[in-house]
This record gives sequence, structure tokens and C-alpha cells, in this order.
Amino acid sequence: MKQTVIPVGYMPLVDAAPLIVAHEMGFAAEEGLALDLQPAPSWSSLRDMLAFGRVEAAHMLAPVPVAAALGLGGAGAEFSVLSVLSVNGNVIGVSRELADRLEAQGHSFAFDDAETAGRALIGAASDRLRIGIPFPFSMHMELLSYWIDALEPAARHAIEIRTVPPPLMADAIRAGEIDAFCVGEPWGSITVEHAMGSLLLPGRAIWSFAPEKVLAVRKGWADVNRPLAEGLIRALWRAGCWLSGPQSHVLAAELLSRSAWLDLPAEIIDRALSGRLTITPQGLQRHVPGFLEFHNGVAGFPWRSQSQWIARQLAARTQLDPADASARAAQVFRSDFYRSALRKTGADLPGASSKIEGAASVETAVASERGTLILPPNEFFNRRFFDPDRSE
Amino acid sequence: MQDKLSIIVVEADRDRAILIVDSLREAGDFEIRVISDPAGLARRIKAHEPDIVLIDVADPSRDMLEELALASQPRDRAVAMFVDRSEEGLSTAAVEAGLSAYVVDGLQPQRIKPVLEAAIARFRVFQRMRAELAETKRALEERKVIDRAKGMIMKARGITEDEAYALLRRAAMDQNKRIADVAQALVTATGLLG
Repeated sequence: MKQTVIPVGYMPLVDAAPLIVAHEMGFAAEEGLALDLQPAPSWSSLRDMLAFGRVEAAHMLAPVPVAAALGLGGAGAEFSVLSVLSVNGNVIGVSRELADRLEAQGHSFAFDDAETAGRALIGAASDRLRIGIPFPFSMHMELLSYWIDALEPAARHAIEIRTVPPPLMADAIRAGEIDAFCVGEPWGSITVEHAMGSLLLPGRAIWSFAPEKVLAVRKGWADVNRPLAEGLIRALWRAGCWLSGPQSHVLAAELLSRSAWLDLPAEIIDRALSGRLTITPQGLQRHVPGFLEFHNGVAGFPWRSQSQWIARQLAARTQLDPADASARAAQVFRSDFYRSALRKTGADLPGASSKIEGAASVETAVASERGTLILPPNEFFNRRFFDPDRSE
Repeated sequence: MQDKLSIIVVEADRDRAILIVDSLREAGDFEIRVISDPAGLARRIKAHEPDIVLIDVADPSRDMLEELALASQPRDRAVAMFVDRSEEGLSTAAVEAGLSAYVVDGLQPQRIKPVLEAAIARFRVFQRMRAELAETKRALEERKVIDRAKGMIMKARGITEDEAYALLRRAAMDQNKRIADVAQALVTATGLLG
């Protein structure tokens, strides 16, 4: 069978797994696609590679395409999101010094309660707290902002969020440039492994179902290349499905560890895939079910309400009109392509394309095409809801 | 409006930085500053208020510059990626040459063009040199491994160098592998067996 080559850009992170697995395990080939996977040195470069047509699709931080639709950041192009590649997967960590202070205050590093951990962090930070994140438009930024604003709006002025590329995060801690960080895997585990810090909280403790990375294409590309776009969505859906099997963790970790991909010990990668994290240099272990999700709970479905939540957050920080931002963002996550691509696969998709984010504290059955769909808990740590149809 | 354009070049490699600065000087009279250490990059760039920032696309610290575009207050000098206000083709050429440029909003295109053209030309040379260097390094590494493997075979079997090489080549063909890979496997295996 003749295969169509699609150049796809990615950042070498654990959550690039669906792309790597689709390529390595033949899910792309089943769709007649050959993925030409091109690693990028930075998120801004990856965005430009996509904008300039060096690649046709890209592994992207969920807020980047939303920000581009709002005219924020130097994108110079607009994007569409074909699917969500991963849900959750971030960690918040602190420098060794701050970890010592937290411990002295009696914090248990229970790794599950955003309220307790957040108050302990603000308390331990004394006069100022500098937090490193990978990119200004990222779920890292959004989760941190949401967390701090909900806990202690007054603390916001003493907290400075700085962009530090994850490979330079350990150096930034050593140089005293930052006191804490929020990163994706493997970078949290690597910081612990190098004894540069401890992990305080998984991102999912702030929002239990946060869209982390998406598959983005240039706006209009999928309309012109519909068969390719739908083949890509299916290949990634199958890759996510394969990754969600507990027996796949070991093999997936081995695959990703190869020098062509992450070039790291498989054991480090397995921590994120299995949710069994080592959170202190002394070896304290914590198990986080659903730490990083590729498939369960229709993780790949690009909910309009997810992009609208991101847009409201961005609008609030940059003084844009929230209703207008929300309306623009709603056009970015393309559930229509996703539905059409998976129609014949047996996947059960939700009847709606938008939902109230944060409204499910337990597993919830929802109306779906086949009537068998149960969504996992989706809640914010402060029990607030986000209703995209109501302006707050 | 100040008459001299001020340019910041972000480059960790001293020799490369000198070459870029030289080629910019040939293109015009600019005030040029080099930053070689990524620590606190955004803050330090802001302090200098440059008109243009040039940085290698392959430099991961480039993401730090995105803050410049975001944090600009209405009265600040906004710094934006060149792409959205460029002349047709110029920014594409820059990206292909491996260069990213951040430019202060409102700067006249005719003032930017000579800077970009000089930088693009220099970056193209770097890109070629980088590819050649990587290729040379790889070839050198491979030759070293093949030589070691040849030596091991000669010693173990008591054969000549040519015969040892022929043996390696045949093994590679039989297994549909590259000679360097077969040699590497032999060196690793021998190392493990002691």
C-alpha cells in the first residue's frame, strides 16, 4: 500500500507517546500514513515550524492554539485542534531549600491535596516565590494561575512566574533563579533524580481532567486534507487506546527510551506512564492513578468547553473581552473532525461537544452515540464549575 | 527616535558570536550586544531595550523570549516575533536558515531588512557547517569502532586486516546491517565478555 508521508513536529516528552507509538507500532501505517516525526528545540520553534509549513501537524501545548486565535503571542498564523493528545501529566516541584522549609513546617508531601500543599507553599515562601514554567502559553501556567488565584489572590503579587525551558530548569534552581517549577514528565522526575528538588503536587490535584497537549494543524488544513486529517486522528486514537492498557507501560517505556526518541532510562519514563512517582531525592513514592491519561474517559475528544476555559483564563489575565475570547476559542477545538474520523471505529463518543468543566466529582454516565459512555471525575480542587454558556 | 539600531545577539558560542557580530558590522552601523548566558535572559534583554533580538532557532532558551511579547505594557517597547510583520519571504528564509528574530513593534521594514539579510547569510553558513561537523564526527566515530572490531577479529582468528574487514562486511550484508553497527555490536559484546 502506498503511504502518504506527513511531517509532524513534536517535543521529546513522555506525552509525545501517542505520536511515537502511532509510528512505531504501525497504527499510522494502518491508515496509509508514514509519520515523519521531527523533534523541536523549543515550543516557539515548534509553533513556527507549523505556521511556516515545515510540518503539517504538531504536538502542542493546549493553550497555544487558543492564544493564537486571540491574537496573543507571536504566532502569525491560526491553528485548529484535531484531538487532545494527553490529559494531565504535569507536576509542581520545589527547590531543595524550599522542600526543607516545608518539611520543617510539618508538610507531609502527601501529593494529593492542592489546598493543603498550596497553603503550605505560600506559607513557606516568605516574601517571594519564583516559579519556572516551560512556556507562557501552557497548561502549566493556567493551572498555577488558577491554583494561586483561588487560594490566596493577595499572594499573587509576591509570586513571579518565569519561563525556563525544562532542560535548563535544574540549572535555574541551582543558580537561585527560581524556587519552584511546574513541568511535564520526564522533567519532574529528572529534577528529583539529580537531587535538585522534590515534587509537591501532580497537576491533576488542581484540575483532575486538564487537556495538556493537543494535535494542532494550520487553520484550514484539515478541510483541504480531510482524509489525511481523519487518518491521523484514528491512528492517534488507536495509539492512545494501546497506551492505556496496563500491560503496555513497560513496552511503551522501552520504546520511548530509545536514543531516537527521549534517549533516557526506561525506568524514568515508566514513572509517568504508570503514575508511580518518586517525589523526593530520598526515594519517597507516591501512586497517582490517572497521572497521565491518553485514552480513558474519551481523553482524545477535543471539547469546545476545554478551549473556552483556557480562553477565559487568558482573557482575564490579558484584559481581553471574555465573551469574545470564548466565542473565538470555541472555533479552535474541532470536535466535528474528531467525530467524523472515529465514526466507523466503534469508539463511543459523547452526544454533546461541550460540557460543564469541573462538575463531576465521581464517574458519570453521559448521553453518547452508543449509550455506554462513562466519564471520569472532572473537578477543580476548589469545587468550582466552569459553565461555558454562562458568563461569570 | 534614536539613529542607531540596537541589536542583541543571543549566542553561547563565543566564536560564532564574533562571526555574527562581524557580518552585522559589515551590513551597517549598529549598536550590537552579545548575551551568552541564558540565565535571566528575558529580564536582561528588557533592561537593554533593543530594537532587534537575534537567536538561533535550535537554542531552547528561545522560549524565554516569548515573555517579551506577552509582558509588554502599552507604554513598553513591544517586542514581537518577526514573522507577523515581515516582508514576504524574508521570515521564511530566516526560519529555514535556523534564525529567529524578535523585532520591536513599529520598526520600519527597510531598517530591519539589511540586519536580517546579513544574519540569514551567516546562519546559512553555520547550518551547513553544523551538518558537516556532525557528519564528520559520525564518520570518525564509526571508523574508530570499525578499526577496533577489525583488530579484535585479527587477534581472535589470526587473519590479516583485509580478511577481517571482508568478514565484517559479509556479516553486515548477511544481517542487512551497516558495517559500523556490526562492528559496534562486536565491540560491545567483547567488552561484556571481558
